[in-house]
Amino acid sequence: MALSLDIFLQVLMDGIVLGFMYALIALGYTMVYGVLEFINFAHSEIFVLGAFVGVEILLALESSGTLAALNPAFVVLMIILAGMIVSGLAAVALERTAYRPLRGAPRLVPLISAIGASFFLQDFIRLVESVWHNSFYLSYPTLSLLDRSVRLGAMVEVPFKSILVIATALAMLAGLYLFVNKTRLGTAIRAVAQDPDAAALMGIPVNRIISLTFFVGGAMGGVAGVLFGLHYSLVNPYTGFVPGLKAFTAAVLGGIGNIPGAVLGGLVLGLMEAFAASYLGILTDGAFGAEYKDVFAFVILILILIFRPKGLLGEKVREEGV
Amino acid sequence: MLKVERIQVFYDAIQALKGLSFTVAQGEIVTLLGANGAGKSTTLKTISGLLQPRGGQIELDGKPLAGSAPHEIVRLGVAHVPEGRRIFPRLTVLENLKIGAYTRHGAAIGDDIERVFALFPRLKERARQSAGTLSGGEQQMLAIGRGLMACPRLLLLDEPSMGLAPILVEQIFAIILQINREGVTILLVEQNAAMALAVCHRGYVLETGTIILEGKASELAGNDRVRQAYLGG
Repeated sequence: MALSLDIFLQVLMDGIVLGFMYALIALGYTMVYGVLEFINFAHSEIFVLGAFVGVEILLALESSGTLAALNPAFVVLMIILAGMIVSGLAAVALERTAYRPLRGAPRLVPLISAIGASFFLQDFIRLVESVWHNSFYLSYPTLSLLDRSVRLGAMVEVPFKSILVIATALAMLAGLYLFVNKTRLGTAIRAVAQDPDAAALMGIPVNRIISLTFFVGGAMGGVAGVLFGLHYSLVNPYTGFVPGLKAFTAAVLGGIGNIPGAVLGGLVLGLMEAFAASYLGILTDGAFGAEYKDVFAFVILILILIFRPKGLLGEKVREEGV
Repeated sequence: MLKVERIQVFYDAIQALKGLSFTVAQGEIVTLLGANGAGKSTTLKTISGLLQPRGGQIELDGKPLAGSAPHEIVRLGVAHVPEGRRIFPRLTVLENLKIGAYTRHGAAIGDDIERVFALFPRLKERARQSAGTLSGGEQQMLAIGRGLMACPRLLLLDEPSMGLAPILVEQIFAIILQINREGVTILLVEQNAAMALAVCHRGYVLETGTIILEGKASELAGNDRVRQAYLGG
């Protein structure tokens, strides 16, 4: 059995990268659930939209010949910002058109609308890209900076890509933490999540706070989309489905509606998946290969939810109104 | 200051308020008395915009209120301390107070937090605690304090004595009087009619969505019907 330290560290790194990606996406699910008690199943497409914004900008820069001339760090920063803004605004528009008119309808209705919006967005992206590029399978141009790596000690090589994902995710999470916990608007988001009527009585414009929540959650999804593109390179309109589902799982795992829970759930799921992918085959002598990684991850999920149905950091999401 | 005219409010097909009219003048404490289901809380919710009337008028200083959203009505100087306190349990006491001042900006907010702490010293001791960990009485203090943070001209109080020990009820009512003396007009909904009539200037008695009696506090307290129904004979 080849349980050597270098493989272990490599897998750990992969798991952390994947985990932060899930965490960023999971934030969108969990924040929206916090204020509306509703799962925005079109969030996976908000995430993909970010990936497409990133690739479009890079391809445009490449074809105009300016990509090589620009500072790559600046380029990365720019596409992350663009992905955030476009995904954030798309999430706001989605709420206005597909969810707000259904406020007060039975719970299944907005859920169906979300699934419909998800299909719509997938095929809308496909249509636009098909017309524009004649193909909807796009790949991120190579940024030489990101193909480099640093050596940690004698055994582990850490690609810049992974560092970029981890550093960006940490910066986003820190920013989100400060925003939600230390600012007036962030406190308003938490107040709306706990009791929307009481929040309105405080003078909080509840609908605008809900839009803001969609923007912030969407922006986090957009960042994740760009990072996903930069890291794994290939994107298509349907790319979001599996990561979206996993991130949703991560949000439930951590306790839906709970922001730190989404981060923890993402990291746990990412790590489980990475370790399952690398070690299942070794540990079972080939009986279960890496293809069982999702089965393994979801079995763990089911077990956690059986014993802790509210999720790892879950609490009652909204107090009962009196 | 506040003029409510023939408002009709429905919960789906059920009519909760059947053409209710009353007024509250600047500087007054006015109380609405009535049994459960008479429409007292519904009246307050309609004034603060959580419910929209299907008919009738609500005017604040001569300007119509009906149709405005709750957050706009707060900006006009009306704060509603709802039934059941409805504090934000997972915000700290301090955050609850700050969110009460959501419509305001500037340094005065800090002074007002100190003012609330002076009224309710218990809240100061627990400023950093989650509001959900407070006792019922402390939560009621927080709910009132949070309402005051909006710097209201008109404060709507819904059952501030509910579930509190008698000594706390007296404290809360002493503070209501003090708030009123500082210039805040108060519309008070209470089950505890004896307490309410002891502090208010005028009162109205509601029964199934209509007003059946009105008068000065002393008149109501002396009224046989009120005594039988609400003051225990």
